[in-house]
Amino acid sequence: MSSPAPLHAVTVLGHDRPGIIAETTGRLADLGLNLEDSTMTLLRGHFAMMLLCAGDAEASAIEAALQPLTADGTLTVTVRDVPQEDAAAPAGTSWVLTVHGGDRPGIVSSVVARVAEVGGNITDLTTRLAGDLYLLVAEIDLPGGADVPALEAAVTAAASDLGVGATLRAVEADDL
Amino acid sequence: MSTTSTAVNEVVLGWSERDLGVEGRVLDVVRAPDPVLSTRGADVDPTDPATVQLAADLVATMRVSPGCVGLAANQVGVSARVFCVDVSEHPKTRGHHGTYVLCNAEVVESSRNEKAREGCMSVPDLTGDVKRASRVVVRGQLPGTGEEVTLHASAFEARALQHEIDHTDGFLFLDRVAGAHAIHPRKTYL
Repeated sequence: MSSPAPLHAVTVLGHDRPGIIAETTGRLADLGLNLEDSTMTLLRGHFAMMLLCAGDAEASAIEAALQPLTADGTLTVTVRDVPQEDAAAPAGTSWVLTVHGGDRPGIVSSVVARVAEVGGNITDLTTRLAGDLYLLVAEIDLPGGADVPALEAAVTAAASDLGVGATLRAVEADDL
Repeated sequence: MSTTSTAVNEVVLGWSERDLGVEGRVLDVVRAPDPVLSTRGADVDPTDPATVQLAADLVATMRVSPGCVGLAANQVGVSARVFCVDVSEHPKTRGHHGTYVLCNAEVVESSRNEKAREGCMSVPDLTGDVKRASRVVVRGQLPGTGEEVTLHASAFEARALQHEIDHTDGFLFLDRVAGAHAIHPRKTYL
């Protein structure tokens, strides 16, 4: 079996407008690159995209091909080569953590520190500020044998110290 | 399995805010992060005149709020386990029990989870995908008479009841969202 094609991480950040994704992916396709994984969202109205593409092209060549995107100065593009990562089979359990309350500094850091202390791995994270309301939703893999009630107590205490509330729930996957 | 009938509860269906005999007042709706929304309300005496007035106020406030299908006492700043529901005008509704108010309500049976997007007057800028039972049995008391009622609800009415009972327990839909990608900025305001 031949070794897999080199993997490149591309980020595009900046002022949103229609056509950014079309232009980015079009230029990558012209280089014969395959999109392996991507995510894109708006952060406070800013366009933010990260993607991994595979193919035999130098990072410098990809960067050069994407250069026109940055021409008007409102978008930043980066390209880095990254190694293949073997996704470890998740042993343990999956959880969703919600934290919400009045906005103040340190909510994310103090709550997720409790998760890190027990070896919990955050696999997806969204935070939003809507008016005075701060909201964090994190998807967490906990190692087998993790003391979930203890973590829940620690997270609740950390949240309570900041005057916010926290809820930790098991992910229910309904296989159909 | 429940042995009770799954038919519409005629007592609840026949109830209306006119039965309360008091004029409802339109109250201000509080928004997250107000702590009253994250605090379980006190159990109430459904025959207490204060509860009856609160019930009338909740219905009056729901009526003037476009698109509102339910309102809990926490949402008008009162930490009490009372809410109103009326899904009869909503396009996602199947069966329903019209307008009613329940005190000290709880879900006693639930089944058939479905995921759908919810909003809330107390979280006006966000919506979220929440998995909830599409069939529930709910028990509570009607304000005024204090009569205990058990009702079987399905589809959108079941979702509304669980959302409101969550309010009375101090939970928002934010506490139930399916994951990090299940939160959305609200695009349309009713």
